[in-house]
Amino acid sequence: MWLLNDPRWEGFMTKQSEQDDTVVSMERYAGKSGAAPKVDEYIVEIVSDSGEGAQKCGQTFGAISGKMGNGVWTVEIIPAEIQPPARSPAGASGIRIRVGSRRVTNMGNEAELVVAFNEQVLFSRIANGAYREGTIVLLEDKWKEDPDEKIRAQYASAVKEFQEHGLVVHELPMEQACLKIVANARRGKNMFVLGMICYLFSRDRELANKEIARTFASKGEKVIRPNIDLFDSGYAFAAERLEYHWEIPVDETADARPTIISNGNQAVGLGVMASGMELVSMYPITPATSASHYIADVFDGVGGFVHQAEDEIAAIGFAIGASYAGKTACTITSGPGMALKTEMIGLAVMAEIPLVIIDVQRGGPSTGLPTKVEQADLLSALYGEPGDAPKVVIAASTIEECFHFVILARRLAEAFRTPVILLTDANLATGVQPYPRPQLQEEWLSAPVDQSPWDDQVPAYDWDQETGLSQRPIPGQRNGEYVLTGLAHTTHSKVAYDSDTNQESMELRSRKLAALQKTLKPPRVHGDGMGDLLIVGWGSSLGGIEEAVDRVRAEGRRVSSLHLRFLSPLEPGLKEIFSHFKQVMTVEINYSDNLDHPLITRENRRYAQLAMVLRAQTLVDIDCWSVVYGHPLQPGMLQRVIEQRLQALNN
Amino acid sequence: MFGLKADWSADVFERYFTLGDYAGGEARWCPGCGDFAVLNTVHRVLRDEQMPPEKTVVVSGIGCSSRLPHYVGTYGLHGLHGRALPLANGVKARRPDLDVWVGTGDGDCFSIGAGPWIHSIRYNMDMVVLIFDNGIYGLTKKQTSPTTPAGERTNTHPTGAPLPALNPLTVTLGISNVSFVAQVPDWNPPLLYQAIKLAHQHRGTSFVRIIQRCPVFSDSFCKPFQEDPERLLLLTHEHGLPMDESVLRLFPEQRAHDPCNWLGAMEVARDQSRLPVGLLYHDPDAPVYEDLSAQGLNKTNEEKLAVIEKALDNFAI
Repeated sequence: MWLLNDPRWEGFMTKQSEQDDTVVSMERYAGKSGAAPKVDEYIVEIVSDSGEGAQKCGQTFGAISGKMGNGVWTVEIIPAEIQPPARSPAGASGIRIRVGSRRVTNMGNEAELVVAFNEQVLFSRIANGAYREGTIVLLEDKWKEDPDEKIRAQYASAVKEFQEHGLVVHELPMEQACLKIVANARRGKNMFVLGMICYLFSRDRELANKEIARTFASKGEKVIRPNIDLFDSGYAFAAERLEYHWEIPVDETADARPTIISNGNQAVGLGVMASGMELVSMYPITPATSASHYIADVFDGVGGFVHQAEDEIAAIGFAIGASYAGKTACTITSGPGMALKTEMIGLAVMAEIPLVIIDVQRGGPSTGLPTKVEQADLLSALYGEPGDAPKVVIAASTIEECFHFVILARRLAEAFRTPVILLTDANLATGVQPYPRPQLQEEWLSAPVDQSPWDDQVPAYDWDQETGLSQRPIPGQRNGEYVLTGLAHTTHSKVAYDSDTNQESMELRSRKLAALQKTLKPPRVHGDGMGDLLIVGWGSSLGGIEEAVDRVRAEGRRVSSLHLRFLSPLEPGLKEIFSHFKQVMTVEINYSDNLDHPLITRENRRYAQLAMVLRAQTLVDIDCWSVVYGHPLQPGMLQRVIEQRLQALNN
Repeated sequence: MFGLKADWSADVFERYFTLGDYAGGEARWCPGCGDFAVLNTVHRVLRDEQMPPEKTVVVSGIGCSSRLPHYVGTYGLHGLHGRALPLANGVKARRPDLDVWVGTGDGDCFSIGAGPWIHSIRYNMDMVVLIFDNGIYGLTKKQTSPTTPAGERTNTHPTGAPLPALNPLTVTLGISNVSFVAQVPDWNPPLLYQAIKLAHQHRGTSFVRIIQRCPVFSDSFCKPFQEDPERLLLLTHEHGLPMDESVLRLFPEQRAHDPCNWLGAMEVARDQSRLPVGLLYHDPDAPVYEDLSAQGLNKTNEEKLAVIEKALDNFAI
């Protein structure tokens, strides 16, 4: 039994506490008579038990909206288990879709409408602060008549509780309507719901039908037909039963370049191909694996190969072996996999083997939150290996960057003869967003393996004393024979334990990062170059941070933001940029101590990860705000934090 | 004979490799170490097979055995403890033109590398895997290894190794897609040579367990076999290791064993009373993984770009 003052309602927003301009207004609930009212944007969720297809429904809705020209951002709600108990809050599986007239860069704040396949799954979303007073709930009503008395009671009590908190609940016989078309509503209700929401938001029906046909293309007409029937039936059902109908017009002034729409892991997969990678060596791990699924589907066409190794260590070892032999290779993993790979990463650094390592971050430590977002692998990416292991670390902050940064990473790996770690995260991995279609370039592809004779006067590590850079011999090149080793070694790759060789070779491997840093430009400040508060972020929080900063700036406050893509080496000019602000604060999705606690002092406080790096590197007293709620950064939450900080600063 | 063919026609080789072409750094194993015998044999097989040094890659893990690449004048990859096989598999994956050798030991392969060992046998990529098995950790100074005989005193088990030794032959034979299993002592040069040469000629992962002397830390591991040849069982067969009278007369115990016979191989491998010597198992037709992993090497940039454009089309709005 859920109580009205249950702590699970804590994040729930009520009208009273809502102060921003997106407060629920009744205009948004115009009746179905008359034209559909236009809204700038809308946030919809579909929540179900695992396996009921809510994600496919939402992804298709997102794709249709994207193809209509709307801005879209989707976030998947994924339980950690494949088949958690039915009708349980912890088993909530689903998707959030934020659709706008213009470009959408993050998941937004509370959803305004949710379709729920049962009432229990809503509780976990409520506890996550996903809804607010006035949120419309379209709820499957079959539980009302369930043969199990306990379920009937749970349902009745939940509906009452929702209504008392101001959720606008519509109990709908969705299952019953589906059963008119298919024998098992569990397989098909999602397309029925797709029909409903496509009606509610005036989506293009023809486009929707095409999208459904594309989704089920591999299964043939036998499957496509009933799904289109379900869609049509849902569409008619909503038209008949619901008083709502909106339009989300497309901003015609928006970028008219050719656009594609994908999630971040698909973007990584496309990037892997466009970068000329020949080998992806991986071991299954959430939330990284779907990138390899996608690549495995299409890699044949470019002559590439996905190797599923026996473990994470073998996966990177296999990639290092291939790279040593002159082939472009990458490994794709997540936090626990990164931990296992550290010794191999150290080998790649020591022996200077080009390699791209993609870390799709999830919540840690240990097994942590496998399906949820965190930006907590930064320090381990930078410093995870025993001994000094300088390497390049970059982080993608948009889905588009997930594509382009793979290409960047491969080229940096080759040019600087080093492993490059590309950090993305669960939010980017499963989020779907339209972005400009990449203009492929032949030079992105890898060059054929050089098999021409090696100049035998040139040693295997012919370190340039200025930059640390060197060319490497590839097996097959005559006179280039050398033994790659993880032991300390001379310029000829001979094992050496003497002091000078070790000191010098460590200097030269480190020097490469300084040489790279000299080629980078200072990052661009979002907003004014000076002011009261500068927010510094990295990774997938870009959209949320900039939206929050823009809102506070619109109130006339002096806040700006800065987003870093290069974490090792750091982009230049940071100290200079920081000096124009009264305070600098990082915003991150990882853990940091909160100074409010009596035990936490400025001396023992553990800072968020980027803050720690920036404090050490710039000697600026950088503050941080970070949380590990497991969900992407909500601009509304950050907006309130920024307002409080500004207030404190100006007092 | 150099330069002369069977029909007496003179033939000038563009390149002819001598032992010197395979010489690497000066080997720094202990005096009396069995590894020297293996190294010399590897050099000889490379020479006799006329493998271009630049096309040969010797991969290893960590341990005494794993210094092998440093002593061979080809390309080498001295990797991480237990991880020689994944690195070697990776080398071969997209470069089937390279001739890959792996040097590893009982600790490196059967203990820390047990996972990759099992799976690499399944991948069955074309390479020679030489296991220098001396029944002890040498480089770290006398700790119990998986093949240390029970009761043997070591620095980690001063009162004697507590567990029965692992039998690498039965384990390897038990792995799906196993294609070549041989066992030889390092102190019989003709057999060692024939085993390594046959392993090199086999297409697939050739598993050669070399019973290797370590006079410093595990002298007793090989002594019983050296002193009492009746504790060795020579496997003879026309499809087995080639051997002449000089070899045959050293082995009082012999058995005709067809290397195609897997059950027979298992039987001799399991017999703890006599150590089998020779070729236990050979399946020349087991599929090799590089036939999968090296597909598509010849795609042109035009083909690749067209495929990627098509992939982008699928996401186009």
